[in-house]
Amino acid sequence: MAIKKFAVACYDDEEVLFPAVKKVRNSGYKLHDVYTPFPVHGLDGALGLKETDLHVAGFIYGIAGTCTAVGFMSWIFMSDWPVNFGGKPHFSLPAFIPITFELTVLFAAVGMVLTFCYLNQIMPGVKKHVFHPRQSDDLFVVALEINEQVSEQEVTDFLKSTGAVETSIQIAESEWWYGRFDKDEPYQQYKTVNG
Amino acid sequence: MHLKYESFVREPLVDGDKTYHQVTEDIVRPIEQKPGRMWYVGFFFSVILLGFGAFSVFWEVYYGIGVWGINRTVGWGWDITNFVWWVGIGHAGTLISAILLLFRQGWRTGVNRAAEAMTIFAVMCAGQFPIFHMGRVWDGFFVLPYPNTRGALWPNFNSALLWDVFAISTYFTVSLLFWYSGLVPDFATIRDRAKTKFRKRMYGLASFGWTGTAKNWQRHEALSLVLAGLSTPLVLSVHTIVSFDFATSVIPGWHTTIFPPYFVAGAIFSGFAMVNTLLIICRKIMGLEDYITVGHLEAMNKVIVLTGSIVGVAYLTELFMSWYSGVLYEQEAFKWRILGPYWWSYWAMMTCNVVSPQLFWFKKLRRNIPFTFIMSIVVNIGMWFERFVIIVTSLYRDYIPGSWTYYSPTWPEIGFYLGTFGLFFTCFFLFAKYFPVIAIAEIKFVLKTSGESYKNKMEVIDAKSTEEFKHELDHAHH
Repeated sequence: MAIKKFAVACYDDEEVLFPAVKKVRNSGYKLHDVYTPFPVHGLDGALGLKETDLHVAGFIYGIAGTCTAVGFMSWIFMSDWPVNFGGKPHFSLPAFIPITFELTVLFAAVGMVLTFCYLNQIMPGVKKHVFHPRQSDDLFVVALEINEQVSEQEVTDFLKSTGAVETSIQIAESEWWYGRFDKDEPYQQYKTVNG
Repeated sequence: MHLKYESFVREPLVDGDKTYHQVTEDIVRPIEQKPGRMWYVGFFFSVILLGFGAFSVFWEVYYGIGVWGINRTVGWGWDITNFVWWVGIGHAGTLISAILLLFRQGWRTGVNRAAEAMTIFAVMCAGQFPIFHMGRVWDGFFVLPYPNTRGALWPNFNSALLWDVFAISTYFTVSLLFWYSGLVPDFATIRDRAKTKFRKRMYGLASFGWTGTAKNWQRHEALSLVLAGLSTPLVLSVHTIVSFDFATSVIPGWHTTIFPPYFVAGAIFSGFAMVNTLLIICRKIMGLEDYITVGHLEAMNKVIVLTGSIVGVAYLTELFMSWYSGVLYEQEAFKWRILGPYWWSYWAMMTCNVVSPQLFWFKKLRRNIPFTFIMSIVVNIGMWFERFVIIVTSLYRDYIPGSWTYYSPTWPEIGFYLGTFGLFFTCFFLFAKYFPVIAIAEIKFVLKTSGESYKNKMEVIDAKSTEEFKHELDHAHH
């Protein structure tokens, strides 16, 4: 929980966004984040983000599901309550395969989605600051974290020079908090500096 | 920036000159407007059907399973027929959302959201039948392996019916997660442009506070890809396991190894037909013709003619094998299936599933919307008869002629079936009103490579020679 000051630039085309991101990263300003209405391929690379390990987590959950299913069914049929089904072996692996497969998929899917929510810090009731209402519509938003030493005019001029169609200076919460989207927070400020 | 090149010979996936904002407008508009009269009429009618279904189920639970027409010889009747039919319909949604994603079929973006919704509602309908077929439905939880005071006596993990419990519940859960994870960013879009406080609050909750940072999207793409990879074998396994309900038994007509692929093909066949039925109505009423184009419908009709032919080959293989096996009971089962008192169901199945879809070899008919709509209903009728034929005509004349019987449904069985239509369409009407029926973010993602206006620009590039293009590309970056 930290209230910070941001310089925000909006771009209307991903083809302008890429060179702009490059300039921002080279400028020395502290880049807070980039918000896009849809996945823009290559943007994670342009921002220097690591590849996600989410699929590794999915693999581990899947293996956990496999082990749970095989272990549980084997324990039941071999030790807890062995039943003689027409003289067939208690440990009948081919018959265990369907349930083992289903639990593998179930564990992997549920585990991955929960991990995804945890990593992204999203949940019903969670609120995050929306820098521009059109960042989920047609604008690509770059937010820079600035402090009192940074001249608002200077940073605005810089952002305009990178091709931003709209810029603003905002004071807002940088992390998530419990809140409702129909209520504005009292400390939030928004102003547009002419560049 | 877009290095992906798509030939202009390929049909555009989005018609018209659209901007990103226009895409949002077009898809979110029905959510922000009051629904039309057609919506109210349809919704009201669905709720009435649902109510009648609930009453039929109440009747069955109160008086017992004896109010149904099933008997000692025909133990599975309309209930299991409807169960398999609904599960099969559900399969198309997962096929579109998962398998076509892995195959990089761009056209899936226009239809995947509605198709996945259809999957979820169809599986909800399907699940009702085995549950209420149990008779003492209040003991239904006995199928779950939980520590109990009876020993602990566990369910039989070698039973295909128990595999079904795991398969259907996993399928429902995973489909729901896959569908909702795609919906989260689109809910954020609706939330951010919402004018009323109530809408902002509700979509704020539904969007989980999504803001769409670069890292969020990177994880979202990884999640979608892995869920697609998981759903692909899952969807094949589910109908395989449903077919095991029959194939692992020793009933003539059921005991065949062809069942898993034959059931899966049939499921996709009927599912695509149902997607066509729903989307032809949806695109018309909601004005989404630019996103669900005739090209989309044609692609689905191609899948229908393919899977319909697979199903036809399976029917003929079944007949051949029953003769070739030399087993008297197998031969008799198929003889009675074709020529016995239920001949009409067999021939209805053959006509609707094997003969009529062959008309889709003609491009004119594949692209004809009224014809596609009629065919989609014909196919679903045919596939319902297929399940009826497999179930009832394998059972009604068993080993002892003294127990031969004829099965007809009673009103609570029919009411139950109509009730699931009520449930399905009630859910679908609510979905069409409150949810984005087309994946907004995914459409924007393909807009610049496959949208009509962008493809028109491609025509200029296509006309250039390779040297010319390379020369320009080299100079553009300096």
